[in-house]
Amino acid sequence: MSLDRASLINALRALLPEDAVLEQEEACRPYECDGLSAYRQLPYVVALPHSVDEARAVLKLCHEHRIPVVARGAGTGLSGGALPHAEGVLLSLARLNRILRIDPAGLTATVEPGVRNLAISEAAAPLGLYYAPDPSSQIACTIGGNVAENSGGVHCLKYGLTVHNVCAMKLLTIDGELLELGGTALDAPGYDLMALAIGSEGMLGVAVEITVRLLPVPERAQVALAAFDDVEKAGTAVGEIIAAGIIPAGLEMMDGPAIQAAEDFVHAGYPTDAAAILLCEVDGTNQEVSEHIARIRQVLEASGATEVRTARDEAERALFWKGRKAAFPAVGRISPDYYCMDGTIPRRHLPEVLRRTAELSREYGLPVANVFHAGDGNLHPLILFDANKPGELERTEELGGKILELCVEVGGTITGEHGVGIEKIKQMCVQFQPEELNQFRAVKQAFDPLELLNPGKGVPTPRHCSEYRALPHKHTHEHS
Amino acid sequence: MSADLSRDLQERVAEAAAAGTQLAIAGGGSKAFLGRGERGVPLNVAGHRGVVSYEPRELVITARAGTPLSEIENLLAVQGQMLPFEPPHFDCPLPSPLMKPLPFGIPLAGEGDKVALRPHSIATLGGTIACGLSGPRRPYAGSARDHVLGVRLINGRAEQLRFGGEVMKNVAGYDLSRLQAGAFGTLGVILEVSLKVVPRPAEEITLVQDRYAADSLAYLADLARRPLPLSAACHDGDRLYLRLSGAATAVAQSRSQLGGELLADAGAFWRDKIKEQGHAFFEGGAPLWRLSLPPAAPWLPLPGKFLLDWGGAQRWFRTEAPAELIQQATAKAGGHASLFRGGHGEVFQPLPPAMLALHRRIKHAFDPQHLFNPGRMYASL
Repeated sequence: MSLDRASLINALRALLPEDAVLEQEEACRPYECDGLSAYRQLPYVVALPHSVDEARAVLKLCHEHRIPVVARGAGTGLSGGALPHAEGVLLSLARLNRILRIDPAGLTATVEPGVRNLAISEAAAPLGLYYAPDPSSQIACTIGGNVAENSGGVHCLKYGLTVHNVCAMKLLTIDGELLELGGTALDAPGYDLMALAIGSEGMLGVAVEITVRLLPVPERAQVALAAFDDVEKAGTAVGEIIAAGIIPAGLEMMDGPAIQAAEDFVHAGYPTDAAAILLCEVDGTNQEVSEHIARIRQVLEASGATEVRTARDEAERALFWKGRKAAFPAVGRISPDYYCMDGTIPRRHLPEVLRRTAELSREYGLPVANVFHAGDGNLHPLILFDANKPGELERTEELGGKILELCVEVGGTITGEHGVGIEKIKQMCVQFQPEELNQFRAVKQAFDPLELLNPGKGVPTPRHCSEYRALPHKHTHEHS
Repeated sequence: MSADLSRDLQERVAEAAAAGTQLAIAGGGSKAFLGRGERGVPLNVAGHRGVVSYEPRELVITARAGTPLSEIENLLAVQGQMLPFEPPHFDCPLPSPLMKPLPFGIPLAGEGDKVALRPHSIATLGGTIACGLSGPRRPYAGSARDHVLGVRLINGRAEQLRFGGEVMKNVAGYDLSRLQAGAFGTLGVILEVSLKVVPRPAEEITLVQDRYAADSLAYLADLARRPLPLSAACHDGDRLYLRLSGAATAVAQSRSQLGGELLADAGAFWRDKIKEQGHAFFEGGAPLWRLSLPPAAPWLPLPGKFLLDWGGAQRWFRTEAPAELIQQATAKAGGHASLFRGGHGEVFQPLPPAMLALHRRIKHAFDPQHLFNPGRMYASL
């Protein structure tokens, strides 16, 4: 690095308006962590550009002086992807928050990265359109962050992830080049760089303009709530619904502890004596929804549901979902701290994974509540702990790591939608072979040869892995 | 038939890497006509075949690259499922100038054209993903790339790598599996692909309406704004064809809203005429261009004949007009044009210099010696 902190601040002030550079401790403090607050680092300096040109100027400065850059949206990420670098610029895109245009004929919205996920659907609503991916944090999280993480949500079994719903972006590279990726046609010439950029956790470039696809709001949506006295039966019911040829818009599962916490928090009317509940939503034309709900009710009952309810009206439908979407904060109310995991597994292994998670939970003496995107196999075990008890965070992280390795063992992945960030960097050594990690690094080099963008996140160094693999209790996952 | 030749293929690539020999990766050869032509010693992947796993309830199939596409489609059909992106096979014996596809289809007794089992063809899974082509269902169900969940491949360092997996949601590491879709094998030898599959719709009908092609675009844009169970929309120069798929009630309801004449043998129309290009539009010697456009892009005033597919987002164009004219007009309308069959010269829309430079660096990251399919997409890749 060729600039000391004072010189860097002066250089940034020369490029940006006065309010776009934060350096005082109290001003920087809100940026010290993202949604994974166990990891904290006070930013060296924060830059808050108002425009693409200002963002580009920051990147060029950092490139010239070899200064690391960490991009940040709303800071709702759950893997420490936006954790500041101790000697780098924290680049907040929060002020790039304009909806640039909505094209009602082409069914797209073009927005700046700091626009909130839900704000897109709100802006498109008067046209009868919406943006489908709906992470639980959609009130607060930004589309730029969604692109960085390839965020999912509760409706991605039917409507896909961010990568399926974003069609174009302008990407600033670390040397200040503005690339236009994708387009409003259904494909673009050359390599599919949209697939590469989406989910790259701010390590390949900084998205400064994003075009998303909008869909017509379905004529009707209806949700069925089914209670089970056994988690395994609920898991089987999910497979039966798919086998009946129906792809629900959303298919969510919660276990007993999660149901209780959510019910206490939002009073959704959940059956608190159930071992598991399924929320199964279908959407489409009015008659199609009726046809599918009737079929789903049959399947759920045949699968041993102790109770099947459908929402009486739109208000009750919203309430059923509110409980699910508030499950994380609900668990937060009943425990001093909680740690949210994010593995994905082939659904058929659900009973085994839940059983072994429960065993690990007992072994570590830490309760686990399970919230599960059942339709696509994405598990969110929430580990309840108290960070004020010495050693409990470390034990929590170790338990979390074991749950993720269990996911890999049954053919799944360490992260379904929250990203690797700083949090799961060790488990990357379990999921991938050295040659695969080398290939990731080679791709990184193609975009950012000086490794200035979000260094230390996402892809472990060879040294990281050799240290981790050397630990006696670890094993690497052998590919067959 | 099933055989795992991954070790052999890896050795072949290692030898090529040691000797600096360029390789032309080949599956069944059905899409050899696509791109800028093949260069290098053939590396045949067709023998590396077989379905590795298929879990209907997980909506996932994994198969080796040389597995015939028809074998996969037949297996899915038996379970009431399908590949949502409806990939074309292009099983014609000669690459050019323009051949009619082979006759298809032995319908299963009693199933009509809904479950048409076909004789094994030469199109393979690996080639299908490498070319990244999708059929009429693309705008409504997603593309080939959208349904890739994972791949195994050999890179230019002769390493076997696995990216993605068999689960719907996976954000560990960069998405190097979807990147292979449409890369024409220039980034590695695809060994195995995992795909998301979906249930076949309970009901499917096609309505035919009398409309002018140019007028259809505004009509189709209007339909796209409504929550209809559309699954294909094309105008063949004479009439507009709308396919509806879904629950029986939804299809019936939309049929009465939209109107039009019910098409008999609709399965064969979409498969043989449109997807496999058996329609009379595709006959004759004039170069065939593929124009990929924003669906609502207006009618392009270019000299030639159009067939509209993908609700207006994919426009097939027969013309002798020069490439620059076509590509400029298409780019101005927000899309890109590629020379699909016949003609001479560059095939794909040129990339801006900064993008081409990035492509070259990505190519280098996978294949530093430029062993795989050199020049198939662009001269310098």
